[in-house]
Amino acid sequence: MNESAASGSPSATVPVTLIRARYRWFEVNLAELWEYRELLYFLVWRDLKIRYKQTLIGVAWAVIQPLFTMIIFSIFFGRLAGLPSDGMPYPIFYYTALLPWTYFANALSQASNSIVAHQQVITKVYFARVLLPVSAVLAGLADFAVAAAILFVMMFGYGIMPTWKVLWMLPLILLVIVTAVALSLWLSALNALYRDVRYAVPFVLQFWMFASPVAYPASLVPEHWRWLYGINPMAGVIEGFRWALAGVGPGPGPMMAVSVVVVLIVLVAGFFYFQRMERTVADVV
Amino acid sequence: MRDVVIKAEGVSKQYRIGGPTHNALRDAIAHSVKSLFTTVTTRTPQAPRTIWALKNVSFEVEHGELVGLIGRNGSGKSTLLKILSRISQPTVGTAAVRGRLGSLLQVGTGFHGELTGRENIYLNGAILGMRKTQIDRRFEEITAFAEVDLFLDTPVKHYSSGMYVRLAFAVAAHLEPDILLVDEVLAVGDAEFQQKCLKKMRQVAYDGRTVVFVSHNLSTIQALTNRTLLLDHGQLVAAGSTTEVIQQYLRKRQDASATVYEVEDTRRETANLSRTVSIVRLALDRPVNRLSQDEPLGILATVRGNNAVKPFGLMASIYGPAGLPVGTIFGPETHCIEHGEVATFRIVLPALRLAPGSYYCALGVIQRNSGGAHHDLDHVVDVLHFDISPARDAPNVRAWRRGWGPIRFDEPTVERLT
Repeated sequence: MNESAASGSPSATVPVTLIRARYRWFEVNLAELWEYRELLYFLVWRDLKIRYKQTLIGVAWAVIQPLFTMIIFSIFFGRLAGLPSDGMPYPIFYYTALLPWTYFANALSQASNSIVAHQQVITKVYFARVLLPVSAVLAGLADFAVAAAILFVMMFGYGIMPTWKVLWMLPLILLVIVTAVALSLWLSALNALYRDVRYAVPFVLQFWMFASPVAYPASLVPEHWRWLYGINPMAGVIEGFRWALAGVGPGPGPMMAVSVVVVLIVLVAGFFYFQRMERTVADVV
Repeated sequence: MRDVVIKAEGVSKQYRIGGPTHNALRDAIAHSVKSLFTTVTTRTPQAPRTIWALKNVSFEVEHGELVGLIGRNGSGKSTLLKILSRISQPTVGTAAVRGRLGSLLQVGTGFHGELTGRENIYLNGAILGMRKTQIDRRFEEITAFAEVDLFLDTPVKHYSSGMYVRLAFAVAAHLEPDILLVDEVLAVGDAEFQQKCLKKMRQVAYDGRTVVFVSHNLSTIQALTNRTLLLDHGQLVAAGSTTEVIQQYLRKRQDASATVYEVEDTRRETANLSRTVSIVRLALDRPVNRLSQDEPLGILATVRGNNAVKPFGLMASIYGPAGLPVGTIFGPETHCIEHGEVATFRIVLPALRLAPGSYYCALGVIQRNSGGAHHDLDHVVDVLHFDISPARDAPNVRAWRRGWGPIRFDEPTVERLT
C-alpha cells in the first residue's frame, strides 16, 4: 500500500498511502502491523485494567471458573461415573485440562465479539483492526497465569513435582493462543456481518468441550484414530498439558502435529478473510 | 513548486439503504432462497436501494493548507473524511495521501469511563496513532490545555461533561500527524474553550501541518480557512476562496428554497424532541423573500397537535450571513391544540433593522416547565431564508461594513449642546 513518489514530489521519505476501491486478494501490509505494536500493548493493558473493575472479588473470578468446574467434574464424572483418569488424582486430571480450556473458551468468546464491541471506535478512527481480536486473546493470559498458580499449589498438595517437561507448557500455550487467534479472526469478522455468531459461540464451545479430552482421557479414543482426533487442536493441547505437568500420557506426537497443521491453515486463511473484511467493516458493523 | 499532499480522483461511495443488508444469517439464507425463487418464477430481481453518498469527487490539497469542507447534512462531508482516513473504502476512484494522516471525527474515541484521566490520555493517544514517547513528551501540555490537572487520577466517568470533552480534545489537538482531518469536533465545550480550540487549530496549521476541517458553523470556517470545498448531494460543486464558496453556499441554499417550507418530515437537528406539537409548514407571508430593513417580517407557521397540548408558545431565532445567531424572539405561551388538530399561526416580527444581507430562521414550539426553563416540543433549523435590503437613505449592501455588526439600531437622537 505504501508507494513512494505517487504525487510527483521529490521527497521519497514521506510515506504515501494509496486509497483504492479494489485490492488484490492477498494484500497484507506487515510493516504497517509492526507500526501498531504499541497500540496492541495499550489495548491489552486497557483490557487488564478494566477487567475486574467494580467487582467484589476481582481476580478471584479467574480461579473460580476452572476450580468449581473441576470440583463438579471430580464428583460427577470421577467419583460417581468412575471415568478413567490415566492414574492421576481426579482434581489434578480435570484441572490440568480445564486450565487451557477455560482460557481458550474465554479468549474465543471475548475475541469473537471484539469487532462488534468496538463498533464506536471502528467507525471513527483507522487502525489495523486485527489488533482487536488479538488483544482480546492476549488479555486473557493474565487470568490464565493466576489459574496456573493455583494448579501448582494443588500439585504440591498432591505431591506431584513438575519435571523438565513443564517447559513444554510454553509451546503449548503458544498453540492455544494461535488457535484462539486463528478462530477469532473468522468469528469476529463474521460477527460484524451476522450477529448470529454471538449466540452460536457459547453453544459451540459447550459441544467442543465434550469433543475435547477435558472430562475424559484421550486414551479412550482408539490408538489408530488418535492422530485424526488431532484435527481438534484443543485435544492435542489438553493431552499435552497433562503430559507436561503430571507426566501422564504419550507426550507430543502425531496428534499434536496434525493439530499444528490444522491451526496454521485456519490462521492463514482467517488472516486473509479478515483483512478483506476489515476494509468494509466500518460500513456494515 | 506545488506540493500536493492529498489528491483525490473520482472518489465515489455507494451505500445501500433499506435494501437487504443481512445482519442475521437467517436473512442472508432466506434472501438467497427467495431470490432463487424469484429468478425462476418471475425473473424480476429486486435491486437493493442504493444511494451515492459521494459522486466523482476530485480535488487536491497542498502542504500546509487549511481547507474547509462544507455542505448540508448528508452532502457527503463525513463520508469523504472517512474515506481519506481509511475507515471506509471508496466504491470507485482513488486517493493518494502523502504523509502521516490523523483523523479526528469524534472527540474521546475509545475513552473508557473506568480508566483515569491519565490512563485515557495514553489509551486515546495510542488509538489516534501517537507513540508512547510522543505522549510522554506532550503529557504536560495536554493536561495544561485540558485544565484537568487535579483530576488526572480520577476515573473519567466521574468527570463533568465539560471536563471530559476538554480532555478528549486536548489529546487530539496534540497529535502530530502531517495531515489532520477534523470533523465538527470544535463545537464542544463552552465559548471560551471553543476559542482556545480554534487558536490551537490555527497553531497546528502554522506549524506546517495540513488541516482539512468540516463544520456547520460557517463563521468558524471563515475564521479558520482560506480555501473551502463545497459538497452538495455527494458532488463537489465548488472549490475556491472561503469567502466566495460560503457566499455561493448560502445563495444555493436560498435558491433551493422558496418562501414555503414543508418541514414535517425534514430531519431535526435536536435530539429527543417529543413532537407532541409538530411543525408542518413554514412560510413567509409574502411572495418574495426580500424585505427592507424597516419592514416587519411575517411568518406563517402551521402545526399539528399529536396530543392535546396546552399551553405552548412559538419562538424564532434569526441567523446571519455566516451562520451566526443574531437573536431570538419568544411568543406568548398561551396557545392550546387538540389531538389531531392542525392550526396556523401568524408571527409578526417588528422591523428588525437587520444589516443588509442574507438571513435565515430556526423555529421552535416551546413549553415552559415548572422550574421556568424552556423545552422544545419541536424545532426546525435552516428555514425561511430571506434577504434584507437597505432602507432608503441607509448604507447599501456593499457599503455596510462587517465590523458594524448585524443590526442597525433605531436612529438615535443627537442634539448639539454647545
